Amino acid sequence: MTQETVDQTGSGLVLPQYRRDDADAHPPLLSPGYKSTVQRAPQRPLTYLPQRLTEVTGPLLGEGRLGELDHDLTRQHDGEPQGQRIIVHGRILDGDGRPVPHTLVEIWQTNAAGRYRHAVDNWSAPLDPHFEGVGRALTDDRGRYRFVTVQPGAYPWRNHDNAWRPAHIHFSLFGRAFTQRLVTQMYFPGDPLFFQDPIFNSVRDPSARDRMIARYDHATTVPEWALAYEFDIVLRGRESIPFEDEDDDE
Amino acid sequence: MSERLGVTPAQTVGPFLHLGLRWPDGPYVVPEGTSGAFWIRGRVLDGTGAPVVDALVETWQADPDGRFDHPDDPRGARQPAIPGFRGFGRSETDAQGGYALLTVKPGPLPDPDGGTEAPHLTLSLFARGLLHRLVTRLYFPHEPANAADPVLSGVDAERRATLVAAAAPDGFRFDIHLQGEHETVFFAV
Repeated sequence: MTQETVDQTGSGLVLPQYRRDDADAHPPLLSPGYKSTVQRAPQRPLTYLPQRLTEVTGPLLGEGRLGELDHDLTRQHDGEPQGQRIIVHGRILDGDGRPVPHTLVEIWQTNAAGRYRHAVDNWSAPLDPHFEGVGRALTDDRGRYRFVTVQPGAYPWRNHDNAWRPAHIHFSLFGRAFTQRLVTQMYFPGDPLFFQDPIFNSVRDPSARDRMIARYDHATTVPEWALAYEFDIVLRGRESIPFEDEDDDE
Repeated sequence: MSERLGVTPAQTVGPFLHLGLRWPDGPYVVPEGTSGAFWIRGRVLDGTGAPVVDALVETWQADPDGRFDHPDDPRGARQPAIPGFRGFGRSETDAQGGYALLTVKPGPLPDPDGGTEAPHLTLSLFARGLLHRLVTRLYFPHEPANAADPVLSGVDAERRATLVAAAAPDGFRFDIHLQGEHETVFFAV
């Protein structure tokens, strides 16, 4: 197993290598049910890229990017936003279950009525003057993040007849290497709109789809104040490298 | 000891990506006024040749000495000599599908196989209609090291040009074609 995973040859450089994702782990780029993919998904097969220095390193973006209230979307204005207050928290892990500490998490979402504060979003739900829908956080030493926000709403889009997006929160993650970069969406358990959503269902493997659904987390609710959801995000893991104890699976 | 977990699937950034991913300083891999800095500009085009107006281009690169300020660079993390060098750039596309990034040329990199990688940037492309990011590389024109670059050499000769920027008055031009005759080479990484 380690023959392929250790990249050590002429130059003496030993680079960590990240496991490549299974074919079904991510949605196929061409998913015709989601119409915008048809003119945008590349038509030629992807070319295999060995992971070299540029791919196994990546931006480590720190505290300098965060404002004091970036993690609390309910306190970014003078008044409180409308809607159900929720805590969204979890861990950023790699594929071996190791926490990814001190990594930037960026989120964006609709307000409680299902409207984005964005020039292109002009459906008839109201904007909320007290809600931007944008958050940032860094994970702590144990890979944990925590946001306070309001429950986002569903909204119509014109992909197909009477199309509605299930409520979701967009998540953007860096991990520690270019290979780990991920943008995904967090969904809510039991959403009745899943059946007709081609973006959620673009992920073919049902167990992989489940990994995009947060867990209602009663233990983290705050009495008289907020409900809570837990959402762990798993980035790629590393191939084992015998020189590093922590990576030794055997 | 360690458990093997399935990765969280990717999803599109959607048309409202600017909300969460816009950084005022995003396009500045190096601060304005940095000696030797130039602009990389280009357009993102779909299969009909129409501009992709809701895309985000991100770049990552070594510093001019070919080093990364990162603990997994086995030569050791090293702070770049250029003050404010971030290595990372992020630019959304505008109404013409255009993006722009201010940077400096990275140095060549040693390759684990004993060769040398020519100066390059690695790019992630996100957009409405892209369910997963696309990855490509940008190389510089008239660069002798390109001929021996292990990644460029591994790409079909007739498609290599899609990975090489063109000289422009204030730097370089690099268009990204999602489909069509000039479809950019995208990588599985």
